[in-house]
Amino acid sequence: MPKTLAEKVYEAHVVRSTPGEPDLLYIDLHLVHEVTSPQAFDGLRAAGRTVRRPDLTMATEDHNVPTLDILAPIADPVSRAQVDALRANAKEFGIRLAPMGDRDQGIVHVIGPQLGLTQPGMTIVCGDSHTSTHGAFGALAFGIGTSEVEHVLATQTLPQYRPKQMSVTVDGELAPGVSAKDIILAVIARIGTNGAAGHVIEYRGSAIQALSMEARMTICNMSIEAGAKAGLIAPDQTTFDFLQGRPHAPRGADWDAAVAHWSTLRTDEGAVFDSEVVLDASTLTPFVTWGTNPGQGLPLSERVPDPADIADEGERRAAEQALAYMGLTPGTPLTEIEVDTVFLGSCTNGRIEDLRVAAELLRGKRVDAGTRMLVVPGSVGVKSQAEAEGLDKVFLEAGAEWRGAGCSMCLGMNPDQLKPGERSASTSNRNFQGRQGKGGRTHLVSPSVAAATALTGRLTAPADLIGA
Amino acid sequence: MDAFTTHTGTAAPLRRSAVDTDQIIPAEYLKRITRTGFEDGLFVAWRTNEPDFVLNQPEYADASILVAGPDFGTGSSREHANWALLDGGFRVVISSRFADIFRNNSTKSGLLTVVLPQAEVEALWAAVEADPATPVTVDLRAKEVSYGSTTVPFEIDDYVRWRLLEGLDDVGLTEKHVDDIEAFEAQRPAWLPRALPAV
Repeated sequence: MPKTLAEKVYEAHVVRSTPGEPDLLYIDLHLVHEVTSPQAFDGLRAAGRTVRRPDLTMATEDHNVPTLDILAPIADPVSRAQVDALRANAKEFGIRLAPMGDRDQGIVHVIGPQLGLTQPGMTIVCGDSHTSTHGAFGALAFGIGTSEVEHVLATQTLPQYRPKQMSVTVDGELAPGVSAKDIILAVIARIGTNGAAGHVIEYRGSAIQALSMEARMTICNMSIEAGAKAGLIAPDQTTFDFLQGRPHAPRGADWDAAVAHWSTLRTDEGAVFDSEVVLDASTLTPFVTWGTNPGQGLPLSERVPDPADIADEGERRAAEQALAYMGLTPGTPLTEIEVDTVFLGSCTNGRIEDLRVAAELLRGKRVDAGTRMLVVPGSVGVKSQAEAEGLDKVFLEAGAEWRGAGCSMCLGMNPDQLKPGERSASTSNRNFQGRQGKGGRTHLVSPSVAAATALTGRLTAPADLIGA
Repeated sequence: MDAFTTHTGTAAPLRRSAVDTDQIIPAEYLKRITRTGFEDGLFVAWRTNEPDFVLNQPEYADASILVAGPDFGTGSSREHANWALLDGGFRVVISSRFADIFRNNSTKSGLLTVVLPQAEVEALWAAVEADPATPVTVDLRAKEVSYGSTTVPFEIDDYVRWRLLEGLDDVGLTEKHVDDIEAFEAQRPAWLPRALPAV
């Protein structure tokens, strides 16, 4: 029977399958960070259990870490205690940790691919919903809760039910200034913030195949914002080229054997998806969210919607609540919305290519006087590479702030937060109420829209900068 | 986790859709390293900023069943959201649709999630708004929600139901199959990556 890519990866990892019970799935890589793991390690200790496969486990510090003075002790005692707990647990259980200051430290979803630990056909989990990022390599990667973190630490497996299959096909060519972020925001606006619940999404089509690995990661990263279990893309030459030579990528004969296997990882002709979505890339323009969930988005050329035009009562009420929180008036052109802050970073858009795109727009120009721009590389590796390319100077000369690596203002667990009522254009993944700081208002955008917005102080498409 | 068989309590109508886990408990409350004590973060922004928020109303202050709009629990994988609801006195959340990770976490933490058709959610909202003292019973054995003269059946996976009824720990169940795990590990390709030693 023809199978989808996700079904192939799933089936290759079934340890045990019994009618009436969930399948037991083997986990090839378990990524760990400080926020969702302390209670799991406590659980192991309480039951006298060990970590079954420390060699398939990798920890880093990302959510809490300050992006200034990164070599000083963390000022917030509660954040510091959580990071210290991870350090103690990693030591006790023999797990590799990339702590602050380490060359391998960074957002957990940036360092996996960077180190070559993320590879096609693997199962990858982490106590973080944006684990779907790793699906860009053709891995089945999904977020889990702390009880499951404990389960994977103890057994290197997870009880799982077969997910449903959804295809999102994007054909055609993207216009200049339109990017992977715009594709995924358009997809989420189409199917809704939980529209892919119970499904794994496979992104397919010529527009997807044309994307770089960084761009594919942006798309897969936000699968969870459509409610999907995971999102993945079939590996191809772009994937192999990205991986070859990375620290943990196979070498020599192992490389050849791996590539031979990876090349089989594609959806069979005639495989059946439970649901299908089709998008034409050539019709897409820069996208932005206006509301308080990632599904509440529109092309930037549109206006703030009027809830009165929404037929469904629940959705209308949600739009009213969102606009009240966001402080927006129906009918306002989205390009007239002024922002206080621009945040460039996160596991969605904190990779080298994202920084390059933004730097190109900022080169030789100045960030708007009333706007602050925070540039937070996704990892120490990304930061070093950006500095080697001179991008840090471009940002600094434009008046932006150049910070250390971490999750930062994506969720404001460190000091990088919006103040009540402040408004951001953010390359991150969630515009939930208070996500970037109590009372903060978030508009999700691509890196190029973020840079263009920083220059004008209001939501701006890169194409609109010409002649500005 | 505690076993769940049947629960009777009052219910709070949360007439909001797509309640994300950042609303259930914001990130700043996730810094604790304990498994309890998260009630202070439960819906804290709404409790602080919105006087008419349902849980600010005295008649719903002791509710132990939350009846929410569709797509409850979207966003972050934080199991702290489930712990915060439990710490805040809730044993059951009813919605017409849940986000996957939230629902899955619930099966590990002993918070029961019940899916009812939206029309049944609306009817339950109406009943508990008309009389907040209405006792609502959620019976996992019978797979039924009942209040007043109304009884509504619900579906739940048999295996999940059995685990919840028994209060069983997944890790212990999986450890019985360690032979299968070892056999699987023996045939994994050698070129698969290891995080150790560091390269």
